[in-house]
Amino acid sequence: MAIRKSLGRRIGVNLLAWAIGFVIFFPILWTIMTSFKSELDAFAFPPKFFSVHWTLENYKEVLSRSNYPLFAYNSIVESVGANIVGLLIAIPAAWSMAFAPTIVPERKETRMLYAAMLAAILIAAAILYLIGDARGDWRIYGPIVAIACIPVVFWIATRRTPDVLMWMLSTKMMPGVGVLVPIFLWFRDLHLLDTRFGVGFMLMLMNLPIIIWMLYTYFKEIPAGILEAARMDGASLLNEIVYVLTPMATPGIASTMLLAVILSWNEAFWTLNLTTHDAAPLTAFIASYSAPEGLFWAKLSAASTLAIAPILVLGWLSQKQLVRGLTFGAVK
Amino acid sequence: MGSIELQQVRKSFGSVNIIKGVDLQIKDGEFVVFVGPSGCGKSTLLRLIAGLEDVTGGKIVIDGKDATERGPAQRGLAMVFQSYALYPHMSVRNNIAFPLKMAKASKEVIDAKVARAAGTLNLTDYLDRRPGQLSGGQRQRVAIGRAIVREPSAFLFDEPLSNLDAALRVQMRLEIGELHKTLKTTMIYVTHDQVEAMTMADKIVVLDLGAIAQVGAPLDLYNRPDNLFVAKFIGSPTMNIVKGPSADKRGADCVGIRPEHTDISTTAGEWPGTVRIAEHLGSETFVYVDVDGIGPFTVRVDGEAPLHASDRVFLTPRESRLHRFNAAGARIAA
Repeated sequence: MAIRKSLGRRIGVNLLAWAIGFVIFFPILWTIMTSFKSELDAFAFPPKFFSVHWTLENYKEVLSRSNYPLFAYNSIVESVGANIVGLLIAIPAAWSMAFAPTIVPERKETRMLYAAMLAAILIAAAILYLIGDARGDWRIYGPIVAIACIPVVFWIATRRTPDVLMWMLSTKMMPGVGVLVPIFLWFRDLHLLDTRFGVGFMLMLMNLPIIIWMLYTYFKEIPAGILEAARMDGASLLNEIVYVLTPMATPGIASTMLLAVILSWNEAFWTLNLTTHDAAPLTAFIASYSAPEGLFWAKLSAASTLAIAPILVLGWLSQKQLVRGLTFGAVK
Repeated sequence: MGSIELQQVRKSFGSVNIIKGVDLQIKDGEFVVFVGPSGCGKSTLLRLIAGLEDVTGGKIVIDGKDATERGPAQRGLAMVFQSYALYPHMSVRNNIAFPLKMAKASKEVIDAKVARAAGTLNLTDYLDRRPGQLSGGQRQRVAIGRAIVREPSAFLFDEPLSNLDAALRVQMRLEIGELHKTLKTTMIYVTHDQVEAMTMADKIVVLDLGAIAQVGAPLDLYNRPDNLFVAKFIGSPTMNIVKGPSADKRGADCVGIRPEHTDISTTAGEWPGTVRIAEHLGSETFVYVDVDGIGPFTVRVDGEAPLHASDRVFLTPRESRLHRFNAAGARIAA
């Protein structure tokens, strides 16, 4: 039964929706408008709407002053590359949680697994002690850290699937800045600072919990019987994932990928802190125009417009797919 | 070849024992039906044979080789699922071809086998459609086609007809029966419907609470049920069970009489009672009687019977078709 609404009510609801949409879109619209104004008009107060001298000067200036193609290339490589790798890790992870969840932890094999894990950590502690350098710091702290890991590793390994999912999401609850210093030092020692690999790796780790979580919910919608049929038909685990699971979950995988790429594209904390020039994506490109003395609003707006344009177009073109993916399985 | 042997097969989920030590021999080419009420473990037993579940204990021997540790793909069996479990993103052709592709068969072999299977199952005109565009019966045929192209040593059917409407179910039942006659391959068929079991099986395995209640040919189970459970499960309407003096007189804790083995008369007989409801189907009449001192009792009369509610009637069991059971529910031999 369709819900009947009066014409006035429908007009009212429509106007309200458009108004909310406009409010949300307004900052982007304002940025784009400002990018075509002269610097003088850009910070005129009250703001000018009509008596503006529209100009392309800012774009010329921004494009000549900095290497936009390099930034754009970095953004594409880092956000797309990171999430392709992320998907390769997340699909098997989500598969195992959706179709082979841990329900009964007490079995002979699992007890053997626990024993093996304990032995591995103790051996690692012993090796750290033996190869610890002469100054002695790591000789003590290495084994202590390894042994301190035991309860954490066991907690994760003995949890049931919903707990592991929750734990993964909980890693998103800590602010990134909390681990900035150790990660920065780690990147420095491994020579990953200002490399596309390093930034991509960081973005991948950042998005992995979200990708796994989203894929898990999509995979849950797929009847397990179909995967069992594939197993009966002689498919190996890899074939089952490649020929049956992945094609069936394509809408879900596509929207997960799209969302993850958008998140990576806009990620500014790690990209700004871990890059300087070679691997700097478009977020750094925008930031380079917001100097502390930054009154060059028109140029900043032009840079922002250039940075968000590709992802805006991508989002626009794929919005149908995105909405379908986000509501995938809600209605059969 | 397709002989299957189960030796003390057990399965537990946590502390719940679903299958409690099943021993069973299935000969090559037999049509075996697992039947039992829901929750009796029949589907689990089939999945254990398929390899979709790991056994907790015991051995599964296929064609004389221990297959207990082998994965589902390595057992040489094919399965038809209750939900059909077709690949929705593939055409009918690719659905049927999938097992052959997984076995890395050449394109010519695949084409030939798919064409042959489609011919057998009347699917030739539908090969380029997706499963979503097919009716229930056609989907079921695709699932069977996918199973036969592998030329498995045995087919496993997990309640394949329960999603179909009544008319189609009868038709598919006949088709599966004919398929078995043509292919002469071992088939194991799970159902909760004893009519399917009786009509299709060479051998019926009745399961109750994870254990075998009785194994035998359909009419053996009908004529000589080993225990009360099988007596009540096989046959429709259900066998009447009578306790008390009538059973004591015959040297049993209780006696069972099938509705079709009871004579009904309006003048004289062993048990007097009152007709509660009479169902007139034309070809037969089911009479539900409240027998004095015994309780509800069902009688089946061939053809039309002039009986109506609240008529006084007398029932007499045919002694030769009477089943006697002891207090433990086991059959007392005649």
